[in-house]
Amino acid sequence: MIRVTRKIEFSAAHFYHNPNFSAEENRRIFGKCNNPHGHGHNYTVEVTVAGEADPATGMVVNLRELKEILEREICDRMDHRHLNYEVPELAGQIPTCENLAATIWRLLDPKITQGRLDRVRVYESPDIFADCTAEPNGKAPHAAASRDAQEESA
Amino acid sequence: MSGPLKISLTRRYRFSASHRLYSHRFSEEQNREIYGKCSNPHGHGHNYVVEVTIAGPVDAATGMVANLGDLDPFVAREVVEVFDQKYLNEEVPEFREVVPTTENLCREIYRRLKAFPAARLERVRIEETTNNSFEFAG
Repeated sequence: MIRVTRKIEFSAAHFYHNPNFSAEENRRIFGKCNNPHGHGHNYTVEVTVAGEADPATGMVVNLRELKEILEREICDRMDHRHLNYEVPELAGQIPTCENLAATIWRLLDPKITQGRLDRVRVYESPDIFADCTAEPNGKAPHAAASRDAQEESA
Repeated sequence: MSGPLKISLTRRYRFSASHRLYSHRFSEEQNREIYGKCSNPHGHGHNYVVEVTIAGPVDAATGMVANLGDLDPFVAREVVEVFDQKYLNEEVPEFREVVPTTENLCREIYRRLKAFPAARLERVRIEETTNNSFEFAG
């Protein structure tokens, strides 16, 4: 199996705030990330696609097509946006890099038709990143998607 | 619809320390042969980068695997304050008898961070230089 990784960057604003917490709890849990005016990051997303190289093309995935998918699904939605207010897929979630990685996975997974999505890595800064992968056995609790699980069980 | 997902969070920390690769089990000549310039008796140093990866369910209320406000002070206390600006062979008791290679440093840092209460430690990866990195996942 071969893994192919494509990197893409976008810049966006966000802040962390849970309306179910008091103002004091929000400040204690989220610290300066709770600043209601928001702050921003240059996000880097690394998308890894795995599979066997097509004997005819020598490619696991056509990188030009992958780049178009990433631009459409990630940048068109998130670049120069406020993640708390302008990205419907993140509505109701705290826009942490954990939730961003899972959200980007769910956006990309149905669109990747050559090879299969192997990993989404979201760098919030060069020193902080979250990885989203498929659970190897498919049985463990649906980590970032606890919101989905609640919706599904509701 | 995607199947169950696994989320991990990685944070990079830094410390600088000196060490010398030398084993009492080998002769002087064998040490020189095995470890080369890394066995220079006066030691040498590196700017280490430690990547700590934690995994687990994302708390729906916070959106986090674990709060970096908890992880940062834990790693500072268990690792950075213990190793930063130290001579590993002499000032970290675990390396009195164990050669402070970065392989062994990975194991030692993993052992120290395993107790992090808020999430499961998945991996410790250390860049000894920009060209050499090592990782241990338990």
